[in-house]
Parts: sequence; C-alpha cells; structure tokens
Amino acid sequence: MRRLAAALIAAFALLLPMAALAQSAAQILEDHRALVEKPSRTTIGPVIAALAASDDPMVADVLAAWADRRLGLRKADGAFVLVSPVAEGVALRLLDGSDAGVLAASEITELRPNAGVRGMIAGALVRFRLSAPDPAARADALATIARDPAPEHLEALRQSLGEESDAGLRAQKARLERLLTLRFEDDSAARVAAIGSFSGDLGLDLRAALNPLLAVTRVALPLGAVPEGNLARDLTPGIDLTEAEAYAALVSAGLAPEPLTAEALKAALVANVEGGMVAGFPVARLNTEEARAAAYSALEAEGRVPPAATEDEVAAAIAAHRFVEIYAEPDPAVTTAAAEVLQGIELKLAAMQAADLGLDALSLASIYFLAAIGLAITFGVMRVINMAHGEFIMMGAYTGYVVQLFVANHTLSLLIALPLAFAVTFAAGVAMERLVIRHLYKRPLETLLATFGISIALQQLAKTIFGTQARPLTAPSWLDGALSFNDIVAISYIRIAIFVLALVFLVFFLWLMQRTRLGLEVRAVTQNPSMAASMGINPDRINMLTFGLGSGIAGIAGVAIGLFAQVTSELGSAYIVQSFMTVVVGGVGNIWGTLAGAAMIGTLQKGIEWLNPANTLAAQTYMILFIILFIQFRPRGIIALKGRAAGD
Amino acid sequence: MTTLLEVSGISVSFDGFRAINNLSFTIGPAELRAIIGPNGAGKTTFMDIITGKTRPDRGTVRWGPMADSLLSKSEAEIARAGIGRKFQRPTVFEDQTVAENLMMALKANRNPFAVLFWRPKPADHARVAALATEVGLADHLARKSGELSHGQKQWLEIGMLLAQEPKLLLVDEPAAGMTLAEREHTTRLLVDLARTRAVVVVEHDMDFVRRLNCKVTVLHEGSVLAEGSLDHVTKNPAVIDVYLGR
Amino acid sequence: MTRSFLATHPSVLIFLLILSLFTIGVTILSEAYGTAFISTSFVKTLGKTLCLCLVALAMDLIWGYAGILSLGHMAFFALGGYMIGMWLMYARTEEIVLSALANEVLPPTTEEVTNGIAAQIFGVVGASELPPIWGFAHSLPLQLLLVIAVPGLLALAFGWLAFRSRVTGVYLSILTQAGTLALALWLFQNDSGLRGNNGLSGLQNIPGLAHVPQAELSIWFFWASAAALGLTYVALAWLVSGKFGSVIRAIRDDEARVRFLGYSVEGYKLFLFTLTAMIAAIAGALYYPQAGIINPAELAPIASIYLAVWVAIGGRGRLYGAVIGAAFVSLLSSWFTGGRAPSIDLGFYTINWVDWWLVLLGLSFVLVTLFAPKGIGGLIDLAAHLRAPDRKGAALGPDDSALREKEARE
Repeated sequence: MRRLAAALIAAFALLLPMAALAQSAAQILEDHRALVEKPSRTTIGPVIAALAASDDPMVADVLAAWADRRLGLRKADGAFVLVSPVAEGVALRLLDGSDAGVLAASEITELRPNAGVRGMIAGALVRFRLSAPDPAARADALATIARDPAPEHLEALRQSLGEESDAGLRAQKARLERLLTLRFEDDSAARVAAIGSFSGDLGLDLRAALNPLLAVTRVALPLGAVPEGNLARDLTPGIDLTEAEAYAALVSAGLAPEPLTAEALKAALVANVEGGMVAGFPVARLNTEEARAAAYSALEAEGRVPPAATEDEVAAAIAAHRFVEIYAEPDPAVTTAAAEVLQGIELKLAAMQAADLGLDALSLASIYFLAAIGLAITFGVMRVINMAHGEFIMMGAYTGYVVQLFVANHTLSLLIALPLAFAVTFAAGVAMERLVIRHLYKRPLETLLATFGISIALQQLAKTIFGTQARPLTAPSWLDGALSFNDIVAISYIRIAIFVLALVFLVFFLWLMQRTRLGLEVRAVTQNPSMAASMGINPDRINMLTFGLGSGIAGIAGVAIGLFAQVTSELGSAYIVQSFMTVVVGGVGNIWGTLAGAAMIGTLQKGIEWLNPANTLAAQTYMILFIILFIQFRPRGIIALKGRAAGD
Repeated sequence: MTTLLEVSGISVSFDGFRAINNLSFTIGPAELRAIIGPNGAGKTTFMDIITGKTRPDRGTVRWGPMADSLLSKSEAEIARAGIGRKFQRPTVFEDQTVAENLMMALKANRNPFAVLFWRPKPADHARVAALATEVGLADHLARKSGELSHGQKQWLEIGMLLAQEPKLLLVDEPAAGMTLAEREHTTRLLVDLARTRAVVVVEHDMDFVRRLNCKVTVLHEGSVLAEGSLDHVTKNPAVIDVYLGR
Repeated sequence: MTRSFLATHPSVLIFLLILSLFTIGVTILSEAYGTAFISTSFVKTLGKTLCLCLVALAMDLIWGYAGILSLGHMAFFALGGYMIGMWLMYARTEEIVLSALANEVLPPTTEEVTNGIAAQIFGVVGASELPPIWGFAHSLPLQLLLVIAVPGLLALAFGWLAFRSRVTGVYLSILTQAGTLALALWLFQNDSGLRGNNGLSGLQNIPGLAHVPQAELSIWFFWASAAALGLTYVALAWLVSGKFGSVIRAIRDDEARVRFLGYSVEGYKLFLFTLTAMIAAIAGALYYPQAGIINPAELAPIASIYLAVWVAIGGRGRLYGAVIGAAFVSLLSSWFTGGRAPSIDLGFYTINWVDWWLVLLGLSFVLVTLFAPKGIGGLIDLAAHLRAPDRKGAALGPDDSALREKEARE
C-alpha cells in the first residue's frame, strides 16, 4: 500500500515537478527512494528538479553531497545520511542538518550516481551556488552556466543578479544573463533588446550564442506553397546550390524519386541480359552512356525496371519547386537582429584579423631582414654573392644547440650562444674570404659557383655530424607564451624578440657604416678600391672584416631563427632564396632597401597566405612569381641607386 | 642643307646632377664635326643619348630624312638604323679572331634566325679581307684579336665600324694612345670617311682637332657653349675661360 | 656543306666515333643483345647518364657560350619528364583499367574508363577527377608536342620578362633559381594536378610494350639517348661554329658592345634560353622512362646547381667538356653514393663515402673553380698544345663584369 502510494507520488512528481515545491529535501529523496538508489540520467530529472524547486535550506548541501558521492544510506534503517570521512570511520549528518554520530564505513551504503547523473545534479546546484557566500564558488557557478547554458538557468541567474555584491561578478552575471536572455527568453522584444545590447562585442561566447540562432535547414517545397517557419532566404538552383544538391533536397523531402545512379543503371541492365541482348540492344554496343540510357528506357517501357528520373525529368522537378532556407529559430525579429549584430561583429573581426595579419607580416619581415642583413653586407656592399650564407645561418643555429648541450640554463646558454655564434661564423666567413673569395673578385658568377660548392660541403658536413633529424634549440621560458591584445590579435614573445633583434641590427649597421672609422673605410673601398688603397686603407683587410661581419650577423640570425624553427642541416637553404629576394627587391647596396624588401616580401607572403590559407606552398609560388614581375618594373629594387653611381 | 641628326632641347640628370642641360645639336649627312669640352661637360652622356644607352628626361632626337624619333628605340635598333659608335677604349671581342670580329660587324640581317643560317659567301670573305687591308690588319685575320697591340685593336674597331656601313659615326677620342704616325693615318681616314657620311669626333687633343679642319662644337656643363671653326671658338672669351685658359 | 663542316671540326667526328663505339660496346655487353656482362640496371644508369650529358650540352650552350648562368635548366628537364610521364602513366593505367573492366558483362563506356583511370592515378592524392592539364594525356603525339612546347613556352615567357628588363649576371642566376623553386613548390602541392609529392611513377612500363622485357627496353632507350646526344652534339657544334656562335660568345664577353653592333642581345638570349630549355626537356623525356619515377624533388634548385657543377668540372665553353663533365661526375656520384666505393679506415674515424661524397664534391668544385677554370677539358687543350694569348690576366671587356682572360681561354 505504501509502495503504491510512493509510486503514485512519483508518477505525480514526474508530471508536475512543481508539486513538490513545499517538500523538504529529506521528503523528496524518501519519495523517490528507488530512483535515488539506482539513478540513471533518463529518469532522475524530476527528482533533481523537485529538489531544486524546494526551499529547504539543506538542498544545496544535499545536492553537493550527492554529486560528491557523500550521500549514503544507513544500513541499519535505510535512512539517507550525509557522510564525511573521519579518523574512526565516517561522520554522519541527517538530511535535516542534525549530527548523527560516527559509524564504521561498512555500516553505510554509499550511493554512486554515474557521471551523467552527477552532471545533472551539478547543474541544479548552480542555482544555489550562484548565491553562495564564497565569491569563488559563485564565479565557478557562472563558468558552469556559461559552459553549458540551459533555459532553467535564466531565472536563477536573474534572481542572483540582484543579490550580487561583487561588482566584477555582477558584470559577469549581467552579461551571462543577456546571453541567456537572447537564447531562452520567451519575450521576443526582450531577446531583440538583449541582442542589440551586444552590438560590436567580439566575445567568442557571444558568437557561440548567436550562431545557433541563425542555423538554417534547406527545405524544398512546391512552387506556390508558403514556406513554414522563419524564412532565411530563397535558393536559386545552379547559383546557390547545384542541381544535384537541389534534387537531393527534393528526394529527402519525398517530393521526387531517388535518382538513378550509373551503377544502378548498369546493374539493372546486367540483370536483364538475355542471350547477349538487353531489350533488343546487343550487349557489345552498350559502351556509351547514351546507348545504356536508351536500353534502360526500353526496359522501362517494358515495365521490367522501375521508372527512373531522366535528366529532363530532374530538371523539370527542380523547376517545379522552390528551395528555401529556414531558420531553426522561429522568431524573425530575433534572427534579423542576430544577423545584424553578427555582421557588425564580422566587420570588426575582419579589422582585427587584418591587425593580426599585420603583426604576422611584421614578424616574418623581421625574420627575413635578419636573414638578409648579412647578405646585404656581403652582396650589397662588396658585390660578392655568398651562396653559403644560408649555411652560415645554419652554423649559428647549430652553435646555439651545442651550447645548450653544455649549459642547461636556457637564458644563460642563449647569452653565450649569441656571441659564440657570431665568433664561429665570423671565423668561417673570414676563412672563406681569405681562401676562396679573395681570388674571385670581379668574377661574380664564379664566386656564386664556388660558394655553392662550399654550401654543398657544409650542408653535408652538418648532416654527417648532427644527423638528419631536427635538433631542438629551446627558448628560455620567459620567451614562452604570447602577448595577446584580445581573442584575435596576439604575437608570441619570441617574435617580438626577433623584431627587437632586427631593430638592434638595423641601428648597429647604421652606426657602424655612418659613425665609425671601419664604416668609412668600408664605404671608401666599396666606391673606389684603388683610391682607398692609395689613401692608406688596406682593402684586403677591409674586405676580410666586412665579409666576416656579414657572416657573423648570419650566425646570430641563425640562433634567432633556430629558436622557433627546426634546426636541421637544411635550415639555411630554406632561407637563402628569400634572403636574396629581399636584397634584390629592396635594392642592392642600401640597408633601407633591404628593410623595405623584407617588409614587402613579409607582407606579401602573409597576404597571399591569407587569401589562400589552405595552401602555403602555392602562396610561396605566387610570391616568387610576383617578385619576378616586380623586378620587371623596378630592376634595381625598391630603393635604387641612380645614374652613374649604379655602374651602368 | 638637309640634316641627318637633329638633337633638340635634351636634358638629363643623374640624382640631381644635370649632366646634359637643354642641349641642341644638328649634323648633316656628310659632315665632319669635332666636339670638345672639359671633363664632365657631358660629351660621353651626349653620345650615350644618341646611341640609346641613356634616355633623356626631356627633348627629342630625330634621325634621317623621315625625322624618326630615336628615343623609343633600343641600342641595337639605333645601331641598325645606321649610327656606329667607337668607344674610347678599344672594345673588340678579344676571344675571337680578327676575321670573326669583322664578320660579325658586316652589314647583314641581324635577326637571330637569319644569323643562325647565315654562312659566309665568297663575297663576304672578300669584303672582310678588303676591310682588313684598309685598316692594316690583312696579315692578322686568323689571329685572336686579344693578341693585337693597343693600336691594332683601335684599328680593328674602326674596321668593324666601317663594316657596319653606318651613316653617322660617333668616335670617342680616337687618337688616345696612338703614335704620331697612327694619328696621321687616323686623321686622313676620318676626313676621308666624312666625305660619304657624317662623323662626330669627340677629342681633347687640340692639335688633332686642328688637323681635322672642321666645324667644332664646344660643350660645357651639359650645353653648347660655342660652335664654329676652331679659330672662331678659340677666340670666344667664354671658351677661353672654361677650357682653353686653363 | 655538312661535309666541309665536319672536316673543319674534327672534334665532332671524334666525338661521334667515341659515342658510336660506346653504344656498340654497351649493346654487345648487354643482357638483351649480348654477353650479359652489364646488368640491365647498369644499362639504365648509362642511358640516364647519356641524357644528363644531353642536358649538360644545353647548359654549356647557355652558360659556357652565352654566359647566362641559368640555375633552372633542370626544371625544364624535369618538366619534359613530367610531360612524357603523363602519357606513360595515363596509357599504362588505361591498359590496366581496360583489362579490369574486360570481365564485366557490359562493354565499358568512355566515361567509365576515364573515371577508372582518374581514380587509379589520383586516388593517392584523394581526388578522383582527371585535372584539365591531363586533357592531352591520352594522345602520344600531342603529349610529345607538349614535351617541347610546355618548357619552351615557359622559358620563352620567363626569358622575355627577365631579358627585357636587362636582368643579367648573378641577378639572373638568382631569378632563375627563384623561378625553379616556385615551380617545384607549385608541383609539390596536391592540387597542382600532377600528384603532388608522389609524382608520377611506373614510367619504366611502356604502354603497348608489356611483352618486351626490361632488358630490351633499357637498350632501346639507351640507343635513343645516344642518338639524341649525337644529333644534338652535331647540331650545336654547327650552331656555335658559325656567326651565331660568334655573336653569342661576343654577348658573353661584352653584351653592350654587341648591342652597338646592331644585334638585339635580348632576342639572342631569348632564342638560346628557349632552345636550351627544349633540349633539356627532350633529355628529361628520355631520362625519366629509364628512371621510372619523377617527383617534384627532381626540380629542386640544387639539381640545377649540380648541372652547373658538371659543366664547370668538365670545362665550359666547349661542347665535349660538358659531356665529359656530366658523364664523369654523375657516374662517380652514383658510384660513391651507391655504397660501392670502399670506406677509408683512418683508425680513429672511418670515412664512409655515402656521407662524405658531397663534401668531397663541394670542395673539389671549389678547387676546380679556383685553380682549373677550364675543367677537365683543359687537359685536352694541354694535350693538343693549344696556346691561348697571354694577356697577363687582363679583363677582356671594358667593364668590371667582363670576363677575365683566364675564364675565356680556350
């Protein structure tokens, strides 16, 4: 009898959760004992709803305990108790809040709701948590709602909004309230107002809330029929959707028969072969689509195969129907407002993405500048082509790697690696100048080839010594992470560091060339070696130093590039073509030209990648083609030396 | 008098430096003209403009009876139109024989396809031999031109110019580095050539110019300072001031 | 005409004689037609080497004679391979598809065959439609035409742009290198329509000749390569011996002066660039059926640099030099990298030639550039006691960029 009553009440509760309004937590659990003891995600809903609706102050504790598996049954009498482990066993509390002593753990049957059920319990808890005394708990609750919003949160949120004392949390709650309003509120005007209040907001949460409102389904309907629901737009077959898609929509709406695929047609023909003939057609002649279609039509006429839509019929069926997109959201005012706001957001997003792209381009430009500045010295100032420049970059990167093998502290190892890389590549550059290039001045093509030989040898040496796999060159931890301005615009600290390094080198180069004795001598030797020699400048020494300097800077650039790229023996060759392009495009013999060239190539590459993000390989192709065309119009680069000084 | 070449109002500047400033110049079809002027007067740039190596910022260069503009033409087209140029330093193809040098210069179709299938006919060999005799290199036809002496190279270059059969010859300091006998030979040749075509000689050496006995144009800072017979211009005080006086 | 040409150029006759003897020798020693002393794979290696000699001839013409250091001719070589490879792969796949469809009750339609071929060829890059650039792949004559036309037109367009703006010297070299890189990167992507980095494969199977063993096919290709090399050698020797050769050597030494002689230097360069690109493409079209596979790595800029290395080591500005260089270095290279060269044990370190060959090649290339700019061909000069004028290393032209005497000495 009692069980029958309980079952009746349970059924009643299922139908009308609100009926449990005045019940205490203990009463509710007692009423749904069976469900509570063996809860499942599909059936426990009403119980949780009833608990949530109860005004019993113990509800929050009970729900929390349940979710934490701290709700148990006392084996002695089957009463629900809240348990907490203590030294001697478990301390008990009854659901009315009174202590019930300590028992051994074995005296308690623990309730173990599964993850799904616990999730539902946690959802119900939110309402209580939103008003929890601890601000951290309230923030936690907000995050829970934001992650998985539901219509029932709205009321709870509004209630807690008035009571919120913390200004930051109140703002968060207000924002979340508006986000929930625009999705779940019944009143259309309130939703439109909520949407409008977000105009210009870039938050990901907003976009996540707005996008479902604008979700559409494709619907086919006979011409003249009025589409049901909130019409998004009409679709024109052939423009907005292909014929095949249109017909598929018709088929899925049950407005047209399945189209006959080539396989099905073939199978039907094969099934009807009789003595080498299909419906009067010899099999041997069924080697064109037309013949097969004709044979099928003949079979169709004989009634031996089901009728299939011909192309004309498909076209007629498409022409006889209207194709529309219907918003899942029924309220047109809401969808219009949402579309408007979303459009505004997208505009703003595009501007932000452009800014981000600009930062990307800037950092790529500074990488190219770093890689090219050494070349700008050797090629621009000395007119010596050094095809092994890329290998000097590689040597710098490997120097950084080797230093890290010995010095564990990454900051310290970087501080050692930078000057060491300069020293190593400076020495290599001087050696190369003394041994090879010195003999080949005025023979530019030979220099190019000889340095290629060196490049091949150096690359293979690196491969032999360090192996073919990539070696790590780890950046210090203070260079980890990124400086982000908002959800979209961000730049990693390594790239900022490279940008700064590029600036430092620019300033250094300008200082060296304009303000030092060495720079003066270099310029003198560049312009007129024999005159410089007669003024007491030793051109040999200057050439050697200049070449060493250019190579040394390549080494430092190698350390910088190694921090974010893979250190392999092919590191340098990946940059050599771009570096030369930078120097050539910018204009030979002018550091500002190199800067302009790097800026142009960096921007260009990022721009093309943005236009065609799926295909960075094609982007490089287009960039190189653009440069080839660019050289048509400015053969001497962006910043060109004019007239006699250019040596024409 | 008809004009072969008319240069009017050309100016050109390199990085702000006015190399040629509103220069005008005409020469007839069979005339010998000497151009003198101090260093930097724009003599070489002037020749560069006529031969298409440098494009002027302003002005026109008109050529021949039809007064075609030369400004839109490439160096090669201008050369084919009949303007030959002899450089200050002898520039012959040292890696090739004297005969090959002359054969290349011989007036003929310059189109790559035509050249590809062009093989010397007996008449061409005869013409090359005749030219070589004219410039005194008949015995050296098979030698590589790099083996020639400086003067011989000058002669070879003149021979190549003659082989081109130009209507206008631009000659840059022909007497530089020549012995006295060679100078006289050169003078005679230039005067001789000027009977059938226009010849412009750029020269520093006053004795040489005097021996040419022709109209003289004095350039200074990119424009014409004086024009007339040598005696006439040497009396001009402005000329004395900038050039002869020093 | 030709007789007198051969009479005045004995080196051509000597070359043809050596080439014929070599061809006959290999045939006699081959598996298919002789004593089987030489394995089929080595016959293929020799045939490929002849193709490399052919492309080296083109390189020598453009660089050694005209002074244009193109770092892109191996791209034309590979393009030629791609063009012939398209037909080989298409026709071969067509055979397979047709034989697969032959068991069906209904005879296959054209669409079924095309779709079958497309699915076979492009399944590997996740596509099933034949890209438009394969439109001619069904026809051997059209595709043979493309072998010459595609690289030729590409060279024409590139050369027109580059020469028109008077890009010369190292700038041009870098530009050609960049162009090669652009082409390689483009071919590396899957939607280029040429199977991305998978490239084309199975090219050694000649459609319609499935019954012919590879041993015989290899000899046939060897003969074809030898014939192409011999014919090209004669044609180029004829070309450089006349006024045309005179003009292009003059362009190499002092192109400004050539302009003042009335020759349109750009036209000559364009002509040569296109011609050599076509020769390279023909060489490639003969090479890749012997290699069996082609992929975009073949176009890497380094390949064209090796080409320059061969010509430089062989001796540029002389046709036989290019052939000697290509044959010598490429055979040596395959010997060293093939693991057949004995390692050298130094006690503390063993020099494994697979690892050290490139180092050796790079350094010896530097040495050749520094000390023997005439390359191996210079040895032949020594033997022939040819004396070049000694001008104490003075520049040949008036400009800084003019050749020094050492370079031009032949």
